[in-house]
Amino acid sequence: MTMTADAPKKDDPAATSGDTILSLNNVEVVFNDVILVLRGMSLNARRGQITALLGANGAGKSTTLKAIAGLLRTEDGEITRGTVSYNDKDITRMAADRKVRDGIFLVMEGRGIVQDMTIRENLRLGAFTRKDADIEAEIAEVYKFFPRLQERKGLAGYLSGGEQQMLAIGRAMMAKPKLIMMDEPSMGLSPLLVKEVFGIIRRLNEELGISILLVEQNANMALKVADYGYIMENGKIVLDGTGAELVENEDVKEFYLGGGERRSFRNVKSFRRRKRWL
Amino acid sequence: MNTSLLLQLLVNGVIVGMLYGIVAMCFVLIYKSTQVVNFAQGEFVVLGAWVCLSLVVSMGLPFWLAFLFSLVFMMVFGILVQVILLRPLVGEPVISVIMATIGLSIFMQATMNWIFGNNAVRFPQVFDQATVSIGGLNVETAYLMSLVLSLVVMGMFFWFFQYSRWGLAMRATAWNQQIAQSLGISVGRVFAMAWAISAVVSGIAGVVIGLVSAVSNSLAIIGIKVFPAVIVGGLDSIVGAIIGGLTIGILENLAEFVDGQYLQIGNMYSVAPFYVLLIILMIKPYGLFGTPDIERV
Ligand SMILES: Nc1ncnc2c1ncn2[C@@H]1O[C@H](COP(=O)(O)OP(=O)(O)OP(=O)(O)O)[C@@H](O)[C@H]1O
Ligand SMILES: [Mg+2]
Repeated sequence: MTMTADAPKKDDPAATSGDTILSLNNVEVVFNDVILVLRGMSLNARRGQITALLGANGAGKSTTLKAIAGLLRTEDGEITRGTVSYNDKDITRMAADRKVRDGIFLVMEGRGIVQDMTIRENLRLGAFTRKDADIEAEIAEVYKFFPRLQERKGLAGYLSGGEQQMLAIGRAMMAKPKLIMMDEPSMGLSPLLVKEVFGIIRRLNEELGISILLVEQNANMALKVADYGYIMENGKIVLDGTGAELVENEDVKEFYLGGGERRSFRNVKSFRRRKRWL
Repeated sequence: MNTSLLLQLLVNGVIVGMLYGIVAMCFVLIYKSTQVVNFAQGEFVVLGAWVCLSLVVSMGLPFWLAFLFSLVFMMVFGILVQVILLRPLVGEPVISVIMATIGLSIFMQATMNWIFGNNAVRFPQVFDQATVSIGGLNVETAYLMSLVLSLVVMGMFFWFFQYSRWGLAMRATAWNQQIAQSLGISVGRVFAMAWAISAVVSGIAGVVIGLVSAVSNSLAIIGIKVFPAVIVGGLDSIVGAIIGGLTIGILENLAEFVDGQYLQIGNMYSVAPFYVLLIILMIKPYGLFGTPDIERV
């Protein structure tokens, strides 16, 4: 992080793209007082950029996002060490609803749609923190982004997986956030829809100027849209670099991109022991 | 067959059933949004009635003002119960929470016995006319007010959950607390609000029942009576609660009619709803209106 004398002030709308909007500093998360899941997690997400966070199943990606959003308490988890800061302000122990008000919005893994509500009601919920909002106009705005949502009637639970993902993103737009965190938006979608979703993520970033922290299993697509990427293993970051750097990295190629030179299954299995990233 | 008696009892059934319905709604509201089974529901109803009555009798307030104050009192009371008694129990096993509300029920019974006494007390004359005539039928004003207030409360519930910001928030919280939090909803405030609304509506029901009959601690039995209503309605459905309440109210009165005219067993009135409850539960264990979950990922 570069901090020059005339670094932009907190929450300054004219804050320059590229400075840090969110940073995790050595964060440790414990569930049920005993299960240590994040072990010194650090990362920076930059304003106006897309930051990708990749890692195997169980690495702690979702836990990281929930820790940032302040949603650990419902799962009996807590941040026991380290700090989370947003716009250079410590928000480690801030209540979840305050964070949404301040512009941090999490689209949870599995989309988090309220299935027994209609599409409109879900969208209205997105604007819950914004009392003064012109809800109707903004719903129309979201429909412009996702014409398919407007055509669908009935309960949100009957939408297809792709439509539910669109709804989840549309609902996030209703909150007018400055930073959207997305947990595996491509999960369970057909290749065509995955492309569409990534296209939308790019548009959110480019057209609406929303900073994005993107958690993905689909490393290939994620690194293509991301300005910067982090790779985590076992509760901490093991590798980071620009999207382009990571795509070229041998380890990333081998374990996340499915490419690279072919190695035997034995070698792949011994990967944890090799610890090349540490 | 005594048709006019039957008609009279059916009308009674509908009016009382609506009251059961709104008390059942209170119960369901708390169960749905905070996962707490409120065994003190009946005491909430009685408390509202006592507060209003004593404001009228001992402080000489006009009825409407006393009514209003008692609702404000109930709102504060509901919030206090949530914050003081139940908030510390969030995340504790269901049985602890149930014990807490049973404890609250016993505590409230004892306290009300102590403060308001053990006897039934009637409201002084509240309406100028004891009956009004509608299309030739003489209807007791208190019954009419009961009907109107029940409908108003139901309409307000509907509006609240369908259109208001906090109503949506409450439904989202009922669906999934973590999702609700991720949308910026303060779950703590939703819980407090659920208890506040439930207490206020219970208070309305209590005052109305007090007007129709008399106020006494034994009225708390309504908290038990709404169980069949709630369970018929499926425990998690507000519309179901109303229909359940109506069903129980009408059944009670039909049982009274059949018993009084033909069977002469006595007391069918109070047991019939529970028989029906058992039969319904045997046929449909999730109640008549329990909403099936949407199975789709
Ligand atoms: N509430 C919880 N209680 C206990 N352990 C948990 C809890 N949530 C997550 N964990 C554990 O923490 C680890 C990381 O979980 P997390 O969901 O963050 O992984 P992830 O990287 O998101 O994985 P995936 O790619 O499968 O979504 C896992 O081993 C998981 O078992
Ligand atoms: Mg995950």
